[in-house]
Order: sequence, then C-alpha cells, then structure tokens
Amino acid sequence: MEYIRAFVVGGLICVVGQVLIDKTNLSPARILVIFVTSGVILGALGIYEPLVRFAGAGATIPLPGFGNTLAKGVMEAVKEEGVLGIFTGGVRAAAGGITAAVFFGYIIALVFDPKTKR
Amino acid sequence: MDAIKQNRDREYQKYVYDKMPKTNMLKNCIFAFLIGGTICTIGQIVLNIGENYYNLDQKSGATFTTIIMIFLGALLTGLGVYDDIGKIGGAGSIVPITGFSNSIVSPAMEFKREGYVLGVGAKMFTVAGPVLVYGIGTSVVIGFIYYFFIK
Repeated sequence: MEYIRAFVVGGLICVVGQVLIDKTNLSPARILVIFVTSGVILGALGIYEPLVRFAGAGATIPLPGFGNTLAKGVMEAVKEEGVLGIFTGGVRAAAGGITAAVFFGYIIALVFDPKTKR
Repeated sequence: MDAIKQNRDREYQKYVYDKMPKTNMLKNCIFAFLIGGTICTIGQIVLNIGENYYNLDQKSGATFTTIIMIFLGALLTGLGVYDDIGKIGGAGSIVPITGFSNSIVSPAMEFKREGYVLGVGAKMFTVAGPVLVYGIGTSVVIGFIYYFFIK
C-alpha cells in the first residue's frame, strides 16, 4: 500500500511538471527551480509535510521534497537558536543531499565519458 | 512538368509533417506518471531498507534515501542509461531528485575537455546552481519571516 501511495503521488507531481513543459515550453532547468522554490513555500506553509506523511518517498524524492527539507530545517533552527538559524538551518537539513550531489556528481563525471549520440 | 513538381512538393510536405515530432500531451503525461512513479517507488524501497535494516529515524531515513537516489541517478547518467529514460519519461525523469543529479553529471561530463576546474567543476552547477540559489535563497526569506513574525 505504501508503495502504491509513493507511486501515485510521485507520479502525479511529475505529471504537473510535464504539463508545465508541454503547455509553457519552460526548460527543464526552470522547472527544477520552480519546483524547489514551490517546495520551500509549501513546506513553510505546512502544506507539504502532510503529503510526506501520506506518500513517503513519493513526496520526498520529487524536487519539492528538497525544498520542503530546506524550509523545515530553517524553521526548526530559528526556533532553537534564533537569528543564526536563518542562515544555518536550511543547508544543514539538506547537507546530505547537497554533498552527495557534489561528490558523486564529480566522481561519476570523472570516471565516465559522454556517450556518442545515437 | 509543373504539375509533377507541385505534386512532389505536396508529397514532400506530407512527408515532413508525418516525420515532425508531435507533442502529445496525454501520452507524455502518462509516461511522466509511470517513470516518475517508478523512481519514487524505488525511493520508497530504499527508505524502507534504511528504516528496517539500519534503524534510521524519519529524518535520517529521508537523507539516506536522498543520498542513495542521487548516487543512482549519477551512475545511470554516467552509463548513458538516464538519457534513454529521460527520452521516454520527460518530466518523470526531471522532477525526481535523480533528475537533479542527472543535471549535474551531464554537463560535467560534456565539458570535461575544458578542464577540471572551469570544465567539470564549474559546469556541474549549470542547472544545480540555480536550483540551490533559489532553494536556499527562498529558505532564508522564510527564515526571516519566521523569525520576525511567527516565532
């Protein structure tokens, strides 16, 4: 059941992206920026967290989930350590993902070469 | 002679029209749904492995899943498989976190010949850079609002 919820919710979030691409000709880079930013805002409004509880990875794996992590992190840090948390909370919560992306991205790019276009 | 030429032109027009890629939104959406859903389901499997076998709490479980999925996305991009998935899946391959890692590896590999600093090091942030700028930027704004008005 858990897997079905993750599949359906994750799939639907991607459909929203597909509609945006087809209807507006937005480039993938803009889609990613829009999705992360919406994730931060939805997370701050407390709308995204119920979706995470409902769909698990179906909500955390799409990019708005990354935005939600940033928003949640910053709010928790502000609550605990005040003004400094504004600058430390977001990246601290997302540190694992950011570091993994930089590290694995670099290593994989070193090891592999682009395939010739078929 | 003119009639034959005109006829050939018309046939050519038809040929071009047939070969033109058509944007079929419904079909694109179905594939985006299936590919995106599948990637998230794989994420859910990874999350369950983390929670059940490594006893991770909810927060660490999400981080664990993100790291593994980013690695898988990067690896599949390196192997050239992710581009094939992207051709079918469209947004279904862009929106998940694996698409974020694809957006890092792809240009980094492509620009390797420009060197390891301004080639790989700089180009890996072609898309990831803006994502981090707007994501982190918005989170700081949220932090300020939260600090001054809500807390």
